[in-house]
Amino acid sequence: MAELLQFVFSGLTVGAIYALVALGFTLIYKASDIINFAQGEFVMLGGMTTVFVAQAGVSLPLAALIAVIVTTAIGLALHRFAIEPAREATSVALIMITIGASIFLRGMAQIVFDRRFHSLPPLFGADPIQFGGAAILPQSLVVLASATAIVIILWLFIERTIFGKAVIATAANRLAARLIGVDTRRIVAFSFAVSAAIGATAGVLITPIALTSYDAGTLLALKGFAAAMLGGIGSAPGAVVGGILIGMFEALAAGYVSSNYKDAVAFLIILIVLIAIPQGLFGRAKIERV
Amino acid sequence: MRNLLEIRLLPPLAVAAIFVTLPWFFPSAYYYRIGALVFIFALAVAGLNLLMGFAGQVSLGHAGFLGIGAYSVAVGPAHLGMPSWLCVFAGAALSAIVAFLVGRPILRLKGHYLAVATLGFGLLVAIVLTNEAGLTGGPDGMTVPRLLLFGWSVRGSDVWYWITGATFIVGFVLALNLMKSPTGRALQAIHDSEIAARLLGIDIARKKLAIFIISAVYASVAGSYLALFNGHVTPDVAGFLRSIELVAMVVLGGMGSILGSLVGAGLLVVLPQALTIFHEYEQALLGLILIVFMIFLRRGIVPSVAAVVSGWRK
Repeated sequence: MAELLQFVFSGLTVGAIYALVALGFTLIYKASDIINFAQGEFVMLGGMTTVFVAQAGVSLPLAALIAVIVTTAIGLALHRFAIEPAREATSVALIMITIGASIFLRGMAQIVFDRRFHSLPPLFGADPIQFGGAAILPQSLVVLASATAIVIILWLFIERTIFGKAVIATAANRLAARLIGVDTRRIVAFSFAVSAAIGATAGVLITPIALTSYDAGTLLALKGFAAAMLGGIGSAPGAVVGGILIGMFEALAAGYVSSNYKDAVAFLIILIVLIAIPQGLFGRAKIERV
Repeated sequence: MRNLLEIRLLPPLAVAAIFVTLPWFFPSAYYYRIGALVFIFALAVAGLNLLMGFAGQVSLGHAGFLGIGAYSVAVGPAHLGMPSWLCVFAGAALSAIVAFLVGRPILRLKGHYLAVATLGFGLLVAIVLTNEAGLTGGPDGMTVPRLLLFGWSVRGSDVWYWITGATFIVGFVLALNLMKSPTGRALQAIHDSEIAARLLGIDIARKKLAIFIISAVYASVAGSYLALFNGHVTPDVAGFLRSIELVAMVVLGGMGSILGSLVGAGLLVVLPQALTIFHEYEQALLGLILIVFMIFLRRGIVPSVAAVVSGWRK
């Protein structure tokens, strides 16, 4: 039982990170129908920038803030210089662009930073808390609390502000949104900025638990994507639930089956979901118009 | 009819002519090596191009098939005692079977769903190759015994240059023939509009699956050659980056142009060799090239050049 609790808890922690990545995917997808494969690089940039800025002598919270700001700027630049010029391109071309961006950011990270693994000191020490026989890292609680806070803030922002309403309008029907005076280009740029910020925050949060390196983004992006897909792409609650579920499956598979194959779990889930329930748990089936 | 035949066979004949005369200008064996690598990748890219350029389906996991082919010639001789040449065929057959099994469910998907599903497939192959260390040597990979043909050991970059180049030209002609066959025309119809193609009575699922299997076989043979040529294989051969590289070569040369596959493969193989000073920047450059091409030269090099040339003729 204690063992199960341990697995569930580590699954929840990783799952919260996947949920944040999935939320980033969802936000951009909602605003623009683009799947941003560089989402994982935002997470990597958040972690790596914090590590290197902190190494330069800046205090950790400030370093984290700088990392989030830098990553957000990169997200905006990605939109401005890579997505915006290719607005009328096919979805395959846009996929290629975001993959190109992902490899570009990874390549630059290994030059600007280095090719080693890095960690950060946890916020409240590394002494585990004993709970029902399971050892819980304080950082796990930080991850869970922060992820919850981000989800709530994002929800309030989207639901309660006029800008948020514009995002919803854009997601529902881009042309109609433009006709009522929504600057949809700004909404898309905004979605890239917020996704980058959320990704970077996730990177800062997870680095004390899982190490980060210049190439940590790919796997995170794929698992975040699997989460978004499991939840039903374009559904924000789906992204959160999907993230938690993928994290759980992975932790349980690592615990009870084989830790070598833990990375395979997310992809098996992707394949099964795509084949069995392509619209995901919370998504609606799309009807194609001719 | 004769005219048609000439036009169709003109590009492969031109490639064959260049292929035969080029070694006259090679100052050292190193150039044979580069040439062989270009043809190996061009073969895999030609297959992927059939899928992407003609049928309009993306695969971000094609290196998975490269991996199956590469490990076939490594594992077959080491664990099953099979001769290497047989393993090339066995690998191709295995790839075809895997493509058949995987392709049936995932080719129903479209756009980014298909992209992600194929990506997941490629990663699964890489994960299995990395983890089944008893069979594959794990992350360090394994050595590949030399190819023996009729009691003659195939070695040397120059020999491989001729083998890979000849295979590519055969693959080139086969691909062109396929494109002009009823299947090829059906695929182009699918590319233009799936619904219209279906209304014409084309069995879309079957045609897509067929081309997926063919493209997997191309990649598998290329993978086998790559492993035999290098004498060593690691799971990187099936990795995500390899898959992206293959796609980048297709996009660069031009989707739907087999000649473009050779150009794309040539550029991405030669460029890093020529710019060794930029070795550190290789990944960043690859990413940048992808972005720039998808924004400014979406059709790729060969179709764009062809368009300019036909513009002059008018």
